[in-house]
Amino acid sequence: MGEPNSAAWERRAARGLAFLRRRITGEYEVDEFGFDPDLTENVLLNVIRPLYEKYFRVEARGLERVPSDGGALIVANHSGTLPLDALMTQIALWDHHPVGRHLRMLAADVVFTMPYVGSYARKAGHTLACNPDALRLLGAGEVVGVWPEGFKGIGKPFSERYRLQRFGRGGFVSAALRTGAPIIPTAIVGAEEIYPKIGDIKPLARLLGLPYVPVTPTFPWLGPLGLVPLPSKWYIVFGEPIDTSGYDPAEADDPMLVFNLTDQVRESIQDTLYRVLLQRRSVFF
Amino acid sequence: MTSASDRTLLVTGAARRLGAAVLRDLAAHGQGRRVLAVDLSEPDPDLAVDGVEHVRLDLRAPAIATLIAKTRPDTVLHLDVLAAPGQAGGRSVMKERNVIGTMQLLAACQRAPSVRRLVVKSSAAVYGCAPRDPAYFTEDTQPHRPPRSGYGKDCVEVEEYVRGFARRRPDVSVTVLRFAGHLGDGVRSPFSEYLALPVLPTMAGFDPRLQFVHIEDVVRALRLAASGAHPGVYNVAGSGSLTLSQLARRLGRATVPLPRFAAPWLGRALRQVGVADFTGDQLELLTYGRVLDTTRMTERFGFTPRYTTAQAVAEHARTAGIRPLIPPEAVRGAEQRLITLLEKHAQDGGNRG
Repeated sequence: MGEPNSAAWERRAARGLAFLRRRITGEYEVDEFGFDPDLTENVLLNVIRPLYEKYFRVEARGLERVPSDGGALIVANHSGTLPLDALMTQIALWDHHPVGRHLRMLAADVVFTMPYVGSYARKAGHTLACNPDALRLLGAGEVVGVWPEGFKGIGKPFSERYRLQRFGRGGFVSAALRTGAPIIPTAIVGAEEIYPKIGDIKPLARLLGLPYVPVTPTFPWLGPLGLVPLPSKWYIVFGEPIDTSGYDPAEADDPMLVFNLTDQVRESIQDTLYRVLLQRRSVFF
Repeated sequence: MTSASDRTLLVTGAARRLGAAVLRDLAAHGQGRRVLAVDLSEPDPDLAVDGVEHVRLDLRAPAIATLIAKTRPDTVLHLDVLAAPGQAGGRSVMKERNVIGTMQLLAACQRAPSVRRLVVKSSAAVYGCAPRDPAYFTEDTQPHRPPRSGYGKDCVEVEEYVRGFARRRPDVSVTVLRFAGHLGDGVRSPFSEYLALPVLPTMAGFDPRLQFVHIEDVVRALRLAASGAHPGVYNVAGSGSLTLSQLARRLGRATVPLPRFAAPWLGRALRQVGVADFTGDQLELLTYGRVLDTTRMTERFGFTPRYTTAQAVAEHARTAGIRPLIPPEAVRGAEQRLITLLEKHAQDGGNRG
């Protein structure tokens, strides 16, 4: 009776040991963006997976719309004070996509100025949100994630939840046009409620060089306990891809086309958000 | 067309290790060119190369103009851009030699109709490094935080003068090579001194991506640049990159993370005990790292390094005698022993069940 069980256990132990050996001797590969798939697959994703499965009980829909090979651009709404929505999208694509794809996110520059946060973001596959990096990743056939609302989205007050903010300058659209990668508008429901931001300690934020220091019903009143997110129920819906391969790469320089496509993506995400919100029974179940 | 035998090549910074390696290479592949080697000091006897005329000369003085007018070189290889104050005898002397030396050399070249080709050794240090820079630097990337002091700043100034020269002498083919950090047999640089430390101090919370080029590839790239018209600016680096933590593990070195505020203090301490010639720009590199895009190097310059970044590091460790604290074979052996132990344990458990 113990046989299949112990064999499985043994395989896992051997895998763990091989991982340890690679970490000690440095025999793993890191790409030029600093992405360390060995560490990401064996440690980093395991650390946040319980949040995905047990805590937020994320339901990912439409994953089959993300291509199994070649570049794609995931564009999603941003919320929740801390970028947990981005991390959950990464788990969805790796764990539940038919072939398991790594999401390479384009993150705000403040991420890379922070010790530990910046270096682990790079190890997990993410890089600075700038045009050269986006083009290179898409050109290399990676799935790239952008949250074009940026701080305006993730740091918006609770009263404005699920209302999409302005979408930057549409740099993500021109990157997709230049590389012919499909744009996949993605709606994330549930992240708005994890840290309801009801205030902002602006002087402290300025002092620390952060975009905001949120006040939530529990933070900073409960101290570190206030950092525990509320256990909302999440939905990540990958929408119908917008094909950009029909355009000439030179059209990336046509501002009108870029604006129109940006609006199209934005509206698609907003529609899906409202649709899912209508369907959900409660914030927590 | 001039025949190969009456062509003359002038190399500056020839008495140092890289200069000597270039001279040896030119002597081997020089196709009968006359080679003039200029430096402030006489080369060490073990660095002297047969068939090369050594000239002792201070680039900061106008004497270089007389030499160029007299010897009429057609190719000038400017390697005399020093990377560390220790090599020059102080930062102010270093700056003077780098910047004034280059100005004098270019002034002399500008007046010499014989000069057809100028090759300048620059460095990736011109890009500085900052967290807000893209993951790769192409030759046209506007760095977010250009270097404000040290070697990087010298290189920026040198390149500025070179650009000015190129404008005034459009008939001269000007090649600027921006090299990643050099590693390999005999290389002595701030970074190689750092790698020789028994434990590697790192910046807590930062794991920079680093890129290197093997010294043999530096020499090959300089030879290629000196042997044909390749006008332009090119990044030169071994492909791929390593993070500092990965590099330390591959060398079998332990790391000590230090808080960032202690970094300048660390730099000073290392300098004072003379283990490593560490300056502010080196500390920045150890914090944020730097990776170059080498598309232009392979496609336009037509150069492919023999060593990748990882191979350059491994080769450097081998020749510099950097031995891992725990050899990888021992780690592999321990893994095997543990697996055997597990198998035995599982078998026993299986028998009981």
